Amino acid sequence: MSAATRRVSRFFALKRKYLAFPYILFLILFILIPAILILFYAFTDETGAPSFDALVSFFSTPSKLSVLLVSLFMGLQTTLICLLLGYPAAYFLADRKINRNAVLVVLFIMPMWINFVIRTGATRDLLSAIGLDGGSHPWEATLIGMVQNYLPFTILPLYTTMLKLDRSQMEAAADLGCPPWKVFVRNVLPQSLPGIVSASEMVFMPVMSSYVISDTLSEGKITLFGNSIYLNFSNSQWNDGSFMALVFLVLIGLSMLVTRRFERDPAAERGGGLW
Amino acid sequence: MRRQRTLEERKELGVRIGANAYVYLLLFLMYVPVLALVLFSFTGSVNFGTWSGFSFELYVTLFQDEEIMRALGNTVILALLSSLCSVVLGTLGAVGIHEWRRRSKSLAEALTQIPVVTPEIVLALSLVIMFVFLGNYVYAGFGLSFWTLLIGHICLSLPFVYLSVKPKLLQMDPALYEAALDLGSTPRKALYQVTLPAILPGILSGFLLALTLSLDDFIVTSFTRGAGLLSGAQMIETLSTLVQARIKKGPLPPQMRALTTLIFLFVILVVAIVTFLMLHKRKGKRHAERRNA
Amino acid sequence: MDTADSLIISLEHVRKEFPDGFVAVDDFNLSVRRGEFVTLLGPSGCGKTTTLRMIAGFSIPSAGRILLNGEDITSLPPYKRPVNTVFQHYALFPNLDVYENVAFGLKNKRIPYEGKDWRGRPKTKYRRLSPEAIDEKVARALKIVDLEDMEDRDVSSLSGGQQQRVAIARAIVNEPQVLLLDEPLSALDRKMRKDMQLELKEMHRKLGITFIYVTHDQEEALSMSDTIVVMKDGAIQQVGTPESIYNEPVNAYVADFIGESNIYNATMAGERTVRFLGASFPCVDDFPLNEKVDVVVRPEDVVIMPSGKGRVEAKVSSRVFKGEMYQYVLLVGKSEVLCRSTEEYDLGEKVSFDVLPKNIQVMEKELVENEFKEAWLDGKGNVLLGEEEISFPVDYRQLLKGSRLDEEGALIGPKGNAYDLKDADVVLRIALDKVELEDDLSKGECQGTIVSAVWLGDHYQYMVRTEGEEDFVSDTPYQWNVGDVVAIHVAPENLRIELRKEISSYERRD
Repeated sequence: MSAATRRVSRFFALKRKYLAFPYILFLILFILIPAILILFYAFTDETGAPSFDALVSFFSTPSKLSVLLVSLFMGLQTTLICLLLGYPAAYFLADRKINRNAVLVVLFIMPMWINFVIRTGATRDLLSAIGLDGGSHPWEATLIGMVQNYLPFTILPLYTTMLKLDRSQMEAAADLGCPPWKVFVRNVLPQSLPGIVSASEMVFMPVMSSYVISDTLSEGKITLFGNSIYLNFSNSQWNDGSFMALVFLVLIGLSMLVTRRFERDPAAERGGGLW
Repeated sequence: MRRQRTLEERKELGVRIGANAYVYLLLFLMYVPVLALVLFSFTGSVNFGTWSGFSFELYVTLFQDEEIMRALGNTVILALLSSLCSVVLGTLGAVGIHEWRRRSKSLAEALTQIPVVTPEIVLALSLVIMFVFLGNYVYAGFGLSFWTLLIGHICLSLPFVYLSVKPKLLQMDPALYEAALDLGSTPRKALYQVTLPAILPGILSGFLLALTLSLDDFIVTSFTRGAGLLSGAQMIETLSTLVQARIKKGPLPPQMRALTTLIFLFVILVVAIVTFLMLHKRKGKRHAERRNA
Repeated sequence: MDTADSLIISLEHVRKEFPDGFVAVDDFNLSVRRGEFVTLLGPSGCGKTTTLRMIAGFSIPSAGRILLNGEDITSLPPYKRPVNTVFQHYALFPNLDVYENVAFGLKNKRIPYEGKDWRGRPKTKYRRLSPEAIDEKVARALKIVDLEDMEDRDVSSLSGGQQQRVAIARAIVNEPQVLLLDEPLSALDRKMRKDMQLELKEMHRKLGITFIYVTHDQEEALSMSDTIVVMKDGAIQQVGTPESIYNEPVNAYVADFIGESNIYNATMAGERTVRFLGASFPCVDDFPLNEKVDVVVRPEDVVIMPSGKGRVEAKVSSRVFKGEMYQYVLLVGKSEVLCRSTEEYDLGEKVSFDVLPKNIQVMEKELVENEFKEAWLDGKGNVLLGEEEISFPVDYRQLLKGSRLDEEGALIGPKGNAYDLKDADVVLRIALDKVELEDDLSKGECQGTIVSAVWLGDHYQYMVRTEGEEDFVSDTPYQWNVGDVVAIHVAPENLRIELRKEISSYERRD
C-alpha cells in the first residue's frame, strides 16, 4: 500500500459519517432529481418549451376535474368505513378482558402477505358470482375491494394506540358513575385520536392513488388519480401526467399540514407497524 | 350480594361474547377471498366457485405453466436482489447519518421522508420520466430494462430499511462503541463487533419489510420494467403484472388458487416459527432472571 | 520528590473547547504518580469527565499535551493507549456473555515478537494470545472481582452490582497502566456503594496500578483517594490529600463542596484576628489589616456553651437528633451557624459559642464584586441589608423572566400569578465600580466610614464600613482619606439580586 492510499483508507476508517454517501447519492439520483423533473414536465410542453397547457387542460376538462372529486369521495368513504369497522375491532383486540390472544392480531395482518393482485382478482370473481359485478355496480364493488384491502392498515395503528390507553382513567370515570357513552366520548376517543389520524393517513391517500383495485373491480368504470396517471403513462403523456402528479402532491402536502399536529412520528408508525 | 355479582358477571360475559363474535366475523369477512381460493384449489374446475370433485390437478398445472413459473422466479429474484441492495445502502446510510451534525442530519431525514409520503404511482412516474429524459437528452441508447426495474424496487423499500435501523442506533448506548475502542478495537472492527450486533434486529426487520414491499408491488414494476436480463426480448413479468394482465381479460387463472394456497401455507409456517422463537427467547430470559434471583 | 520516572501521566495546559464554543476544560495541569489513586471531584459540568475522556482518547484536546511515561499521547487513538476505562453505566456488550465480555480486550491484543520474513530477515511479527492464556487471564480477573462461576451468564441477567464487577474485570484483565473510572458507583444503591468503595480501594492496593477516578460524591473521594483534585468550571481549585483538602480548603468553593461547613464574609481586624458574626476571633492565619476574607468553620468545631460564657451570643433555631449527637442551627442576627453537640438545648434557648483559633480557616477572597449573602426583600421594591436595615430600591423583575410589576410594586409572573416577596432571602451583588461614594450625606441610601484606601494604578479601591459593620468596596477615580464619612449610593439597575429559594415557593396562593 502506498502512503497516499494508506492515508486515504485511514481517513475513511475513522470517519463513519462517509458510510452514508452511497445512500444519499442514491436518494438524490433516483428520488430528488426525478421529483424536480416532475415539476419541470408539469410546466412544459412536448417540445420542452415552458407552457401552462397541462394546467389549463386539467382545470378546463370536466373529466379531469371529476377525477379529483371521485378520488376524494372514494378516499373519504373508504376511510370512514374502515374506521367504523376497524375501531371497535382494534379496541376489543387491545382489551385484555376480551382478547388474550396475541396471534389474533397477526391473523389480521396475514392477508397482506398474499399478493394483492391475486386477492383483488379473487374478490372480483366472488363479487360477480353474487351479482355485484363491476359492470352493474362499479362503485359498490370498488368500495368493498378497497375496504378489504385497507382494513389491516387501519386496525394496526389503531391497535398500537389502544394498547397505550390508560384504562385506569376509564375505570375511574365509570366508578364515579359516568355512563359508558360519556366515558367513550370524553376519555377513550381523545386518547385514541393519534391512532385515528395515522390510520386515516394510511388509507385515504393510498386509496386515491390506487390503480389495480379500482381498475379491476369497476371494470374500468371508475377513474381515480392512480388510474388517470396510469393512463397518462400508457399513452406517454408525460406533461399531463406530471401535472396530475403535482396536483396530487399538493393535496398530500395540504393533508399533512392538517394531520401533522396529531402525529408523533409518521414514518416510524407507518414502517415500524408492519413488523 | 351474591345475586348482584352474578348479574355483573353475566353482563361482562355478554360483552365478551359479543366483542369476540364481532372480531371473528370481521376476520372471516377479510379471509373470504383467501379461504375461497384455498378451498377451490383442491378441485379441477376452471370456474371459480364451482366444485367438480377433489383433485390436485391445479397444483400439477401450476408447476407446468412456464409463464407463471418464470414470473414467480422473476418476482423472487427481484425481491431478494432489491432487498439486499436496500439493506446494504440503507444500513450504511443509517450508520453514517447517525454521526452527522444536526442540520445535515435533518436534511438527510427530509430526503428520506420524500419516498415515504409520496404515493407509489407518483414515485414510479417520476422515475420513468427521468429514464425517458435520459434516453431523450443524454444517451439515446438508454431504455427501460431489468436495471431500471431494480432501481425502482430499491426506491420503494430503501427508506423503510433506514427507518427500521435508525431506532436501533438511537437505542444503542454510545458508550458501547467507546468501550470497544478502549479495549483495543479499531473503529472498523468496533463497527462489526458492537454496532452490527446492536442493529441486527433492525436490519432483519428492514429486510423483511423490503421483501414484502417488493413481492407485492405492481405499480413501480409496471412503470419501470423493460426487456432484458431476465426475459430476453420480452417485457419482464412478475407475478403481479402477469396476474393483472390475465384478470383484465378474464377470470383469475385457476392455477393461482393453488399458488395462493402454497404462499399462504408458507406465511403461516413463517409466522408460527417466528412466534415460537419469540416466546422461547422470552421464556429463556425469564428463566435466567429467576435463576439469578 | 516527583522524579520523571515516578510520574505516569501528565497533563500540560490541556484545554478542551467544543464546536459550539463551550470551554469544558481550560489550562489543566496535573501530574499523576505511578500507583496513585487520584480522584477528580466536582459537580456535574465541571469538566471532570471531559478530562477523563481526553486521557482515555475519546476526545482530543484543543490545546495542550498529555504525556504517558513521558511520551506524548495527546492524539493517539484510544485503541492504542495502554489505558482502560470503567464506564459509568458499565457499557457491557449485551450480545456477549460474561466470559466474552471480559475476554474482549484480550482477543484484540497482538503480542509483538521477533520473527523472520520470507527472505529470512528479522522482522517484528504479531501473534494473538492463545485460548488457554485468555481462559486463564479471564478466570483470574473474575476471581479478583468475586464472580468466579459466572462465566457463561448473560450480562442482562446480572444485578447492577454484578454488572459493575464485570465491567471492572473487563478493564483490569488487560493489565492497563492506568485504570480510568467514570463515576462507576453512581448507579448502585447506597449500601452497595459503601461495599464497593472498600473493594475498589482493596483492588487498587493489590493490583498496584494507577487509578484515576471521577466522581461528584465528596464522601467517595475522601474515603478512597490518595489525592483529590477539586474542579470547578473546567479549572482546578485545589489538589491535595483528603486530609489537607478537608482541613485546609484554599477557598470558599472547596470548603463548601467538601463536607458541611459554615462560610462567612469576614474582615481582618488586627494581627491574627478576624472579625465575623459581629465578634473578633483570634486565628492562626495572618492577612493584612482590613483585608476582606472568607472564613470556614466546620460544624464539629463550633463549641456551644450556656449563654454568657462564649464569644458570640446566639439563639437555637432548629435541632435535629442524629443518634450520637444533636445537630443545631444557631441564629446570630440573620446569620446561621450549623453545629453539633451532645448537650441538649431547647428551641429558642439563648446560648453562646466559641471556635478555637486553629479551627478557623481564613482564606483569601477573590474580590470581584460586593456580595451580601444575607440580604432580604421587603416585597415593596426594596432590598434590605444588615442590622441597621440599609434599604436600596431595586427592580424585582430581574428575578423572573417575562414578569412585570403591579401598582403596589408586587411581582406578577408571565402567567399572571402574583408573588409575595416580603422577607424573601436574597444574595445581593454589586459590581465594585457601581458603588458610588458622595460627600453629600443626603445623596446616598446609607453612609459609612472609609476604613481602607488602595491605589490600584488607575483608580482607588476603598472599603467603606457602615455602622452595622457592613463593608462596601468601591472602585472609583476620586480621592478620599481613611476616616472620611461618605454617603453610599447604588443605582437600582446596578443591584443584582438572586433568591436563595426557588421563586415558586413565594407564589401567592389565594
